[in-house]
Amino acid sequence: MSEAHDGRRPGSADAVDPGRFELLLVPPAPRTGWRVLPARVIAMCVVELQKLRHDRTELYTRAIQPALWLLIFGETFTHIRAIPTGGIPYIDFLAPGIIAQSAMFIAIFYGIMIIWERDAGILTKLLVTPTPRAALISGKAFASGVKALIQAVVVIVIAAALGVALTWNPLKLLGVAVVVILGSAFFSCLSITIAGIVLTRDRLMGIGQAITMPLFFASNALYPVAIMPGWLQVVSKINPLSYQVDALRGLLLGTPSHLLLDFGVLIFAALVGITTASSLLGRLAR
Amino acid sequence: MNLQPAPDSAEEAVSCHALDYSFGDTKAVDSLDLSVRTGEIFGLLGPNGAGKTTAIRCITTLLPVPTDRVKVFGHDAAKEQMAVRRLLGYVPQQLSADAAMTGRENVTLFARVFDVPRRERAARVAQALDVVDLTGAADRMAKTYSGGMIRRLELAQALVSAPRLLMLDEPTIGLDPIARSSVWEHINAVRQATGMTVLVTTHYMDEAEQYCDRVGLMHRGRIHALGTSDELRGQLRDRRRKEAREAGTPVPAGDTATPTLEDVFRDVAGQGLDEEGGDYSDVRSARRTASRLG
Ligand SMILES: Nc1ncnc2c1ncn2[C@@H]1O[C@H](COP(=O)(O)OP(=O)(O)OP(=O)(O)O)[C@@H](O)[C@H]1O
Ligand SMILES: [Mg+2]
Repeated sequence: MSEAHDGRRPGSADAVDPGRFELLLVPPAPRTGWRVLPARVIAMCVVELQKLRHDRTELYTRAIQPALWLLIFGETFTHIRAIPTGGIPYIDFLAPGIIAQSAMFIAIFYGIMIIWERDAGILTKLLVTPTPRAALISGKAFASGVKALIQAVVVIVIAAALGVALTWNPLKLLGVAVVVILGSAFFSCLSITIAGIVLTRDRLMGIGQAITMPLFFASNALYPVAIMPGWLQVVSKINPLSYQVDALRGLLLGTPSHLLLDFGVLIFAALVGITTASSLLGRLAR
Repeated sequence: MNLQPAPDSAEEAVSCHALDYSFGDTKAVDSLDLSVRTGEIFGLLGPNGAGKTTAIRCITTLLPVPTDRVKVFGHDAAKEQMAVRRLLGYVPQQLSADAAMTGRENVTLFARVFDVPRRERAARVAQALDVVDLTGAADRMAKTYSGGMIRRLELAQALVSAPRLLMLDEPTIGLDPIARSSVWEHINAVRQATGMTVLVTTHYMDEAEQYCDRVGLMHRGRIHALGTSDELRGQLRDRRRKEAREAGTPVPAGDTATPTLEDVFRDVAGQGLDEEGGDYSDVRSARRTASRLG
């Protein structure tokens, strides 16, 4: 059929060696059913790991803030003993909070990046692949978790270097990884959801910046809930970050915590986040 | 080896029927009827703001359409989104490769999301890169690529899943003449080897004349003329001759009197073309695209 046009096209003169194209003639067999989701999640996570391998500067620059928190805030309040921590040094109490905070910042920023990817056509093209919206968002959510997890490792190492008595029990560390990923999944979906509502870069940046600090302060990351004013306690109770911090404290320090509740809330929050963000993703395609 | 996937000649690659799409009050696509035949290179032509991108995005399932309006190889874009997407290779108007990854990684991502099995993934990605002559640059970061190379990389991303329909939205916008013809040569070579259907938008009339089997001239959301560029030019020439004869003016003759595709366009689009061909925002977005490429 195409032979008929050969004479007309100047560019078509060069012979095409069929062997060069062999594989490109056959469409791949589609994955179906439950296999789609893990495949897409892996694809998105691989992208994040590749990017991180090419450029590690973000890993280092993002380590500065948590280090300062631990070093200045942590050391100072350990000496002052102003905050009741149930018998452990304040810096130990603070470390899980800072791990959660740095993971949250990364996740929220990662969600914000989706607007850049939309504007750059990267997201647009992914939306035209056989990837259901929920699978795409899950992929993004877990990719942010992978990114946050690598950052968490850096913060844990810094904390350990500062003398925080952390567990090295592998099972508990695995739990830490799951907690960090679930929390990041929620927070990245939170900002994707906001992106789906406000639709423009500038507005999203403003809101993203406006919510991160309050989410951090209105949680048990810096101080125990018990010493908060009543209204802040309420906010802290509905803030998934509090449950993330509680779980991290329980796992890393062995302090009393509510692991079952924490995991339950984090899984639920991640599912709600993924569902909401997926349903709004179509608005970002328009 | 048979390089042509058995084309069902009765089947249309794309068919749009009475397709509308509005952004608020802007009617971007206005009861569009379009039919792209299997195996052809179809050019959708039109000025800024004609609705080309919107029409393309309706076909790709990016924009929601009602049922029975858009079909891709018989699959309804509203009801069978996944089936439609599996048949498509899409290159959007703006440069869409991920600058923070290498060329190979960019293509591999698309191999993954189109379910290319692991055992043939590397080989398939290598072939896609080879087809667009990026083998040598495959392991460089995409941010070091020129505009023409990025376009070819996007072509490789679209080809790695062996689509039956390649949809290219202004593939040559903002490229220098050499990069432009290189992109077209690669499109052609691939089309020849695979027999895939190509739907391309452009506002370069010369490209359309040279490379497209058929063109549709689009203006304000509608197709105003459809055919091969020779047909369209011939029709206009004959009509002008007839008009001239009837008016008693000298009949234009010979090659110099054959109108160009651009003349045809001015004829079908009427006088509105110069004054209203795209509002400010269209021009601005076109500029932005051009500067991103530059
Ligand atoms: N996301 C959007 N929101 C609002 N209006 C839009 C949007 N996208 C396109 N439009 C409007 O719809 C009309 C058609 O735009 P479209 O992008 O489809 O034209 P086009 O033919 O692709 O133009 P160009 O050659 O500039 O790419 C224009 O008037 C444009 O301003
Ligand atoms: Mg366009």
